[in-house]
Amino acid sequence: MSTAPPGADELERRIAAFLAAHDPARTERTAFLRARFDAGLAWVHFPEGLGGLGAPVALQHGVDEAFRRAGAPTNRPEANAIGLGMAAPTILAFGTEEQKRRFLRPLWTGEEIWCQLFSEPGAGSDLAALGTRAVRDGDSWTVDGQKVWTSMAHEARWGILVARTDPDVPKHRGMTYFVCDMRAPGVEVRPLRQLTGEAEFNEVFLTGVVVPDEHRLGEVGEGWRVATTTLMNERVAIGGRAAPREGGMIGVVAGLWRDRPELRTPDTHDELLRLWVDAEAARLTGERLRQALAAGSPGPEGSAAKLSFARLNQEISGLELELLGSEGLRHDDWTMRRPTEVDFTRRSPGYRYLRAKGNSIEGGTSEILRNIIAERVLGLPGEIRVDKDVPWKDLPK
Amino acid sequence: MTDLLYGEIEDDLRAGLRGMLADHCGWQDVLAGTEADEPSDAALWSALAGFGAPGLAVPEDRDGGGATWRETAVVMEELGRVVAPVPFLTCSVMATAALLAADDELLPALASGERTAVLAVPFGTAPDAPLPDVRASGGRLTGEVRDVADALAADVLLVPAQDALYAVEAGHAARAPVTSLDMTRRLGDLAFTAAPGRVVATGEATVRAALTAGAALLASEQLGLAERCLETTVAYVKERYQFGRPVGSYQALKHRLADLWTSVTQARAVARHAAACLADGDADLPVAAALAQAHCSQVAVRAAEECVQMHGGIGFTWEHPAHLYLKRAKADALALGTPGRHRATLARLLDLPPA
Ligand SMILES: Cc1cc2nc3c(=O)[nH]c(=O)nc-3n(C[C@H](O)[C@H](O)[C@H](O)COP(=O)(O)OP(=O)(O)OC[C@H]3O[C@@H](n4cnc5c(N)ncnc54)[C@H](O)[C@@H]3O)c2cc1C
Repeated sequence: MSTAPPGADELERRIAAFLAAHDPARTERTAFLRARFDAGLAWVHFPEGLGGLGAPVALQHGVDEAFRRAGAPTNRPEANAIGLGMAAPTILAFGTEEQKRRFLRPLWTGEEIWCQLFSEPGAGSDLAALGTRAVRDGDSWTVDGQKVWTSMAHEARWGILVARTDPDVPKHRGMTYFVCDMRAPGVEVRPLRQLTGEAEFNEVFLTGVVVPDEHRLGEVGEGWRVATTTLMNERVAIGGRAAPREGGMIGVVAGLWRDRPELRTPDTHDELLRLWVDAEAARLTGERLRQALAAGSPGPEGSAAKLSFARLNQEISGLELELLGSEGLRHDDWTMRRPTEVDFTRRSPGYRYLRAKGNSIEGGTSEILRNIIAERVLGLPGEIRVDKDVPWKDLPK
Repeated sequence: MTDLLYGEIEDDLRAGLRGMLADHCGWQDVLAGTEADEPSDAALWSALAGFGAPGLAVPEDRDGGGATWRETAVVMEELGRVVAPVPFLTCSVMATAALLAADDELLPALASGERTAVLAVPFGTAPDAPLPDVRASGGRLTGEVRDVADALAADVLLVPAQDALYAVEAGHAARAPVTSLDMTRRLGDLAFTAAPGRVVATGEATVRAALTAGAALLASEQLGLAERCLETTVAYVKERYQFGRPVGSYQALKHRLADLWTSVTQARAVARHAAACLADGDADLPVAAALAQAHCSQVAVRAAEECVQMHGGIGFTWEHPAHLYLKRAKADALALGTPGRHRATLARLLDLPPA
């Protein structure tokens, strides 16, 4: 790039020019989204040629708003949270030019959905204990193992995968990161029902799955470092989403309070305002975090954002049920379905209450996030580790 | 002071019940039941009747067991431990309390478990809350009542209407099942259109007694539920290893479980006090019941929430019992008045008025 990154005015000009050339009302959805990507107006903080213009990330919200006002189709980010929030920044940080060109455009447009093949039955919080094996065979790798809690695997075209490539070294050193073709032979996705009745997540069995070496992300043995980038981004993606005031769960309850005077009590009023204050503090903190961030490099602050997001969602949805009393005892639906997105607002209060319980487990439990803040931000000594320097193969399983 | 301990009879009762429930109320059956058409588990109900559980607090000359609400509270604890899908709270505690207050002719049938009755009020109704608006004219009832617990499982509906309590054969009401947050205790919506009713009692006292009995003994269910969640969680964190250690070795979990144990011991004292006040007709009953609901509701919810959290991903699945407890605990907290509602009641009873 020869010139300085565009500011807000320049972006506005480019959006106007783009919309003049691509009338949202008359351009086919995918064509529109691809063109928006090619114009660098997809994620403006990404580099030129990869859907962005190297602009400050804080300008993204204004860009999305401008497209929304023009009635443009969206890329339905809610249907590809893992792709946009986690796979994309990781590919940007570690991918080859070829990988970036192959994967980022259909990822952003939503033509290709992504899932995250990290957790295993024996390796959740202790992700580095994972045992899915990838064995090199010339220009490709053969993968065998089992993943679990894989959200949206049933929709996914690609999966970001961490596998063990060297069992003879301590666990953090023997992993490698891949992009797994979810349509490859040997990939079997089985729904796993969750407490809301539906199955967002899955078990994924990998049996003799061949992954070409050009789908390796980062160096052999560098999987932990790459995965850490994914996880840091995941926490920002879950906890640090841009939202207007009352845009999150608090807006639902605030709306209920305004619409239904008969539900009000002094007790719940106090609670509502306490949570409103906490939610607004968390929202502004997220806003500040986004302003400070460059693409692809969130720090442990993302863990704090995700931590408060989980607590707030749980407390606010709990309050909503208490406000409703008898009415809160009714539920909408327990049917086993395989949803294509998670939507907190369109379901019953009971759904919100139950689904929010997952917020303190998915993407790193709240306990693990507190450990990260305590150890990486505050520099407090870590727990005594019995497993750090032992070769993975000698760890008790 | 009320007697807060368990006696020998209660210990024996508990041991017998626990064995029976282990055979008849496994969590997989309870889970499967949440998706079945039947509104409750009829086989389990018969087994409980065989045990004499429904009529424990009913005098022997009314075909009951001649025991007291203290023993009944032990049954509640045990049923709470297994989230049993039977109308024990609604029929054997609340409806029975109403019929006892009125010394009604239905008592023997309820005591034997032959017939079931439930109070036709929304399940969230606190003991001192307004009652639904059903009109009575010439012994015929008209009106709607929503969110009635175990409405579909009942043979008889006890309907507060204007200034009396009526018994209405369930067949005379339109009953619609409700998809419920807690499918182990389902709600139903009722509609009466000139439904014939028999006066059970006049005045509101009978209904208030039933609601108070429900609030007092629901605490024992919450206690059993909390205790079971704590046990299950403690067992799990001892055996689940991450980072080469049992996750229960981390103080982040250990301390919370120690706090939870402390809360459960308090819930036991509070629930026992409420049961004893109910059994003895103690003047402290209104305070004891409100206290029990304000306290035990929160302990049970916290126990179930911690159970999910400390199990990690597996605790979030359908195929693990944690969610049955979570749904029951949260529903119980809304049932018969929220903790906030009960705190407001305490404020009134204790002369601690709001600012
Ligand atoms: C809704 C949902 C969606 C998910 N989606 C995905 C996905 O798409 N892809 C994917 O790979 N994974 C996914 N996960 C899995 C998730 O990342 C794991 O469940 C999580 O990391 C916890 O691992 P675990 O379930 O094995 O629990 P465990 O690690 O066994 O934890 C059990 C308990 O121990 C605590 N604990 C563990 N270690 C410590 C410690 N050192 N100090 C204190 N406490 C500790 C935990 O906090 C927890 O309370 C999803 C999970 C959920 C609930």
